Amino acid sequence: MKRGTTASIVKYIRPRTFPTPFCAGCGHGILLGAILRAIDELELDFSQMLFVSGIGCAGWIPSPHYNTDTLHVTHGRPVAFATGAKLFNPQLNVVVIGGDGDIASIGGNHLIHAARRNVDITVICANNLIYGMTGGQVTPTTPRGAHTRTTPAGNPESPFDLARLVAAAGATYVARYSVWHVRPLIASIKKALQHTGFSFIEVLSTCPTQYGRRNENPTPVGMLRALKENCVTMERAKTMSLEELTGKTIIGEFVG
Amino acid sequence: MDQALKEQEGLLERRQWTKVPSLLRPGRYFMQGDEACAEGAIAAGCNYYAGYPITPASEIMEHICRRFAQLPGRVFIQMEDEIGSIASVLGASWAGARAMTATSGPGFSLMLENIGYAIITETPCVVVDVQRAGPGTGQATRPAQGDVMQARWGAHGDYEIIVLSPWSVQEAYDEAIRAFNLADRFRVPVILLMDEGVGHLRENMAVPAETPIYQRWKDPSRPPFGEAEVPPMPAFGEGAKLLVTGSTHDAWGYRRTSSPQAQQQLVERLANKILNHREEIQRTHRHYCDESNLDVLLVAYGFTARSALGAVRLAREAGIRAGLLRLTTLWPFPEDAVRELGAQAYRVIVPEMNRGQMLREVQRVVPHAIGYHRTDGEVITAPEIWAAMQRALRSDKKHVLEGKEQER
Ligand SMILES: Cc1ncc(C[n+]2csc(CCOP(=O)(O)OP(=O)(O)O)c2C)c(N)n1
Ligand SMILES: [Mg+2]
Repeated sequence: MKRGTTASIVKYIRPRTFPTPFCAGCGHGILLGAILRAIDELELDFSQMLFVSGIGCAGWIPSPHYNTDTLHVTHGRPVAFATGAKLFNPQLNVVVIGGDGDIASIGGNHLIHAARRNVDITVICANNLIYGMTGGQVTPTTPRGAHTRTTPAGNPESPFDLARLVAAAGATYVARYSVWHVRPLIASIKKALQHTGFSFIEVLSTCPTQYGRRNENPTPVGMLRALKENCVTMERAKTMSLEELTGKTIIGEFVG
Repeated sequence: MDQALKEQEGLLERRQWTKVPSLLRPGRYFMQGDEACAEGAIAAGCNYYAGYPITPASEIMEHICRRFAQLPGRVFIQMEDEIGSIASVLGASWAGARAMTATSGPGFSLMLENIGYAIITETPCVVVDVQRAGPGTGQATRPAQGDVMQARWGAHGDYEIIVLSPWSVQEAYDEAIRAFNLADRFRVPVILLMDEGVGHLRENMAVPAETPIYQRWKDPSRPPFGEAEVPPMPAFGEGAKLLVTGSTHDAWGYRRTSSPQAQQQLVERLANKILNHREEIQRTHRHYCDESNLDVLLVAYGFTARSALGAVRLAREAGIRAGLLRLTTLWPFPEDAVRELGAQAYRVIVPEMNRGQMLREVQRVVPHAIGYHRTDGEVITAPEIWAAMQRALRSDKKHVLEGKEQER
């Protein structure tokens, strides 16, 4: 069977866990598959992989769906839990999956310190620009001006550029892609999984239910189209003026 | 639980116990309480430690750091904060480690959410809280016993937990070992509740030739979160495909976040696996408690129990039938021992370095108990307890109001 195909990755799914709990149009399911496709293409020993996730819709990507060791922990703390498991058993291939709230807000301190220490784990942040699970409040990655439950007049704060933040903290592999850019995303996950040291991928995800609906983009297709149109590769960005770059998100490898 | 299953679990429990040679050469040592706690942990096979500096607990971390460097296979890390420390301890525990962290009040407060996580996921670990005077930053170098209720109830939700409180350098060593064994035996976080007095105390202690070790039961064929009272706990990487979650779950770890039955079953089992084994967990010591009807019984724990023993001796010299019931296990509260001795004593006094946290628990089973409190960051001395005993004996009211004793 060709590796990386849907037929080939169903073997990684824990029995009795489908359908997923994700809303229609949620990007997290695409990421769920992309990670498994990368693992399958690399032919990694799935039984030696540990997936750690926190609280949030993104925390449900590996738990309960992945049929290997999964550790679903407190909100914000998966990177610290993962640090302990990896340091004690370096044979484990440890991957953290979490949302922007989980990883970058409440868990921000653990994130930058794990990057600084260059702990040999992979952190994948499913960034949907919103607290999805709790009903659509502002997060540290919500764009300026965006409407959320707690910024009804538009977000007055500036967001983190997560990839650059983690790069500055010392991570040795950093990339940003989106759930629209699935092929380069899978390639990047493969790199991160093979990388020795702290690797971080920010994955722009879609949340039509809590984000799109409040920001003039209520449909799943519309949100994917926005990712396609608003993301520019690093190479292309070099040829663009500052004006052309406003409102765009740069994707590609920042470190690595 | 049916009888056959119960017997099977009893057999299994006995099979998991072994003895290993102690790491330190057997014999007498002059040690500090914090160091003895660290050595006890090392003897018990602690092989993962994560911590963050805080007075008066830092010596534990520093000692472990030095000693782990000489011992292969043991991992030490100073984390970015106490939340990270306990989180990494729990991650390491699931990876198969005997894991520990140590802190004082401010750090203990930060750890509580993850201690609750350890309760619901049944993750063994040892958390040392060397109590200092609070609330808040309080007095970092001063002793107190103000975290007794926090250790019992600090995490949210309804649960049972094990809390041990050593009174000496020897007990800091011994109870650290017992803490690890109880943690693995019952799959529960165990709080070693020290105080600055015991932590910074230096005195003689003895290291025995052998250390008893309870080895974690790992059977991957049985569900890791149910069926058995204390279910088996395989480690990550052993092929068990563990599904660990802090949400309410069934026996195999599947989330059951809206089933009343799953919630009740889990909460009841988590509590009963402790409560059904109180005799095994509860450790109390009777000093001069031979007569059936004492004039005065002191109930004390931690550093204060040392002064209480001194006060009992002063009373005995004066011809008073005084005794001390010393609690080494604070939670689950050893209420049978307290009730039995307390019921027969004319006066019962609970001296403690707080405003009466354990007193209220003692009063639950011995209503005529009174307190003696100190909240100024100074230890309670033997003469002042002896004075309180004399006042209590002179008073004709059986129940002396707590407030009276507070005006020192
Ligand atoms: C300590 C704590 N604070 C708050 C919450 C409530 N909470 C649950 S999920 C969540 C936000 C999740 O957002 P994100 O991490 O971005 O994941 P998403 O649902 O968007 O995928 C919050 C705040 C919690 N569970 N624990
Ligand atoms: Mg989010």
